[in-house]
Amino acid sequence: MRLTGARILMECLRAEGVDVFFGYPGGVVLPLYNTLGEYPDIKHVLVRHEQAAAHAADGYARVAGRTGVCLATSGPGATNLVTGITTAYMDSVPMVVLTGNVARDLIGRDGFQEADITGITLPITKHNYLLMRASEIAPAVKEAFHIASTGRKGPVLVDIPKDVFVEEAEWDGYPQGVSLRGYPIMDVPRDDEVDHAAATINAAKRPIIIAGHGVVQSEAQDELIQFAERADSPVLTTLLGISGMPEDHELSYGFLGMHGHYYANMAADQADVVIGIGMRFDDRAMGRFSDFNPSAKIVHIDIDPAEIGKNFVTHAPVNGDVKETLSRLLPQIEQQTHPEWRGEIDQIMADHPTDYIEEGTGLGGPWLVKALAEYTQGQATIVTGVGQHQMWGAQYYPYTRARQWVTSGGLGTMGYEVPAAMGAQFAQQEPIWSLCGDGGFQMTSQELQTVADHNLPVRFAIFNNGFLGMVRQWQELFYEHNYHSVDLGQPDFVKLAEAYGVRGVRATTRAEAIQVFRDIEGYDGPVVIDFQLEREENVWPMVPAGAALSETIESAEEV
Amino acid sequence: MASRNTIVAHVEDRPGVLARVASLFRRRGFNIESLTVGHCEEPGLSRMTIVVDGDDHQVDQVCRQLFKLIDVVSVEDITYTPMVDRELALIKVSASNFNRREVLDVVEVFRADVVDVHADALIVQVLGDEGKVSAAEKMFEQFGILEMVRTGRVAMRRGPQTTKPPAISDSQQAAAAIRAMLGRRPEGALPFASD
Repeated sequence: MRLTGARILMECLRAEGVDVFFGYPGGVVLPLYNTLGEYPDIKHVLVRHEQAAAHAADGYARVAGRTGVCLATSGPGATNLVTGITTAYMDSVPMVVLTGNVARDLIGRDGFQEADITGITLPITKHNYLLMRASEIAPAVKEAFHIASTGRKGPVLVDIPKDVFVEEAEWDGYPQGVSLRGYPIMDVPRDDEVDHAAATINAAKRPIIIAGHGVVQSEAQDELIQFAERADSPVLTTLLGISGMPEDHELSYGFLGMHGHYYANMAADQADVVIGIGMRFDDRAMGRFSDFNPSAKIVHIDIDPAEIGKNFVTHAPVNGDVKETLSRLLPQIEQQTHPEWRGEIDQIMADHPTDYIEEGTGLGGPWLVKALAEYTQGQATIVTGVGQHQMWGAQYYPYTRARQWVTSGGLGTMGYEVPAAMGAQFAQQEPIWSLCGDGGFQMTSQELQTVADHNLPVRFAIFNNGFLGMVRQWQELFYEHNYHSVDLGQPDFVKLAEAYGVRGVRATTRAEAIQVFRDIEGYDGPVVIDFQLEREENVWPMVPAGAALSETIESAEEV
Repeated sequence: MASRNTIVAHVEDRPGVLARVASLFRRRGFNIESLTVGHCEEPGLSRMTIVVDGDDHQVDQVCRQLFKLIDVVSVEDITYTPMVDRELALIKVSASNFNRREVLDVVEVFRADVVDVHADALIVQVLGDEGKVSAAEKMFEQFGILEMVRTGRVAMRRGPQTTKPPAISDSQQAAAAIRAMLGRRPEGALPFASD
């Protein structure tokens, strides 16, 4: 059967089981939009800016555990995706990005709305394609989904010129497999590496596990719990690893890093064996590399061989999929007990709890997250932007279910919270809670229209302190209170919401906040809540930039 | 240990693959001393010989990052294996009736070839390892080098052992081969300990 390139692409998406994708039309993708009506089972969500399409696909992917798909036209449409693609790349999120390009004979001639998007995205995609024939579409899309969703996951871009959408090619079904010689699947670890890691862990007296995004991505929560219980090892997570370990488990000690828990940072610093699982020893997590626990032996399990040994000398490297590796490691771990070591950490936790809730009736970030946790019984899926509210969201909400926490960790993309929550809402029925900064919200608030179009029950909780809070905190602590460009003017968020036909409410006190939670209970549409916070609250504890984890501070006096 | 390492990579012969490799080096801040691309024994693949400046840890990272490129089929650092390495230089040397004999003496010492002659200049072709080519260059400087081009290094392991890419069919075997390559480091210079 001969089909146009546009139909072949849609047949491929159908074969991949894509039920929703996020896009924005334009000149060169018109032939594709011309066929969308024939594929009603593949829902197209029209966003209001292409950046949002990429973030929405990313949010969808993280919550659904499937590959997200987005689409943009050539030139500015494609370049607007770049922040979203980089966000996904840094956090290893599976995504297939489709772009149109100018007709083949115009490529390289600076045609109208031409951008070299495959060149631009070389360093921010796992792989990319520029397709010059309709017959290349099916194999390339098959490969794109395969590459995006296996190994260390990530975004793959497929760029298709306008006339390739129109050209016909033979369609004899979706390709069954791929032949990618330079891309072997590395899931199964080497036996000798597993043996060595097991021996190292069995000999540990003060082990600590640091679980990263790989645990969530590999759906290895159960294996992690079994492994931790067998090794009797406290478990920390990275920022992105949050929700990979249920925080109500007795071995869970929260997350570590720049704004991680004091006791988590100390535990990592005082362990004799550090077991990194599906994480990459990032500077925000580990503090100053040269002074991170120099005597510890590092065991590192990761699917990406390039991560092993990148930042630290690794004693026992294991290259493999987290789930696969943990299930092979488990039988070799002897049942351990480390009551003294756990007792030490418990004591640090008792002396240095993360409990910076101020007295009074005014709204503060920590109080608000705790109140939200109580109201949602710890069951909500939380999406955040970047900054103070993100850190409070990480510190004070008790995550127990994998994929319950969605945040831009690697790139730190402000404005992520609105479109990512929107995309995530297509993956579940229960309302998504989007924790927004008042700065980030203003970067992508145009998506309230998309949210309204689809009547999505997202709750946008704006942590509104009228400042770029985290930047202000740094200016206060490290730049002698010299506030510059952080005092944000802003619209009336309630009126803004209402202008989009979205319910808007405001709370300025704790009592009002609790009332808001009650009022919106059961409401099936979107809500914007303007939580007006104390203006100059800081996030504690903190590892100052360039300091070691052992130098974690808990108040401004220690700066 | 800082050194110049020789990396051999097999890549799919596709448009853009050189840009991918170059982009990776730029992005990660790796320093390329030379990069030579050409056909190899297998149609559809190209062989790159890359000379990298850096310590062993950096070079190890180069190999691992290169391997992540989908179009890169195999990567191997052959610095510490016995190998033959060569480069070729064409040197246009100023030479007239007064000194041509002297120039030809130097050509002979280096077992180089004269591949073009003119009343005022010669083109000398020098073939050898990097040290030999550099030594020849230095000797010709006294006569005046008008123009020069060097190819960059190509290299091959000695003996029956090869740096052939893994077979297409067996991805597990390919994974194992890649891991074995990635782990091979001289004792004491490891990014990870061996005990």
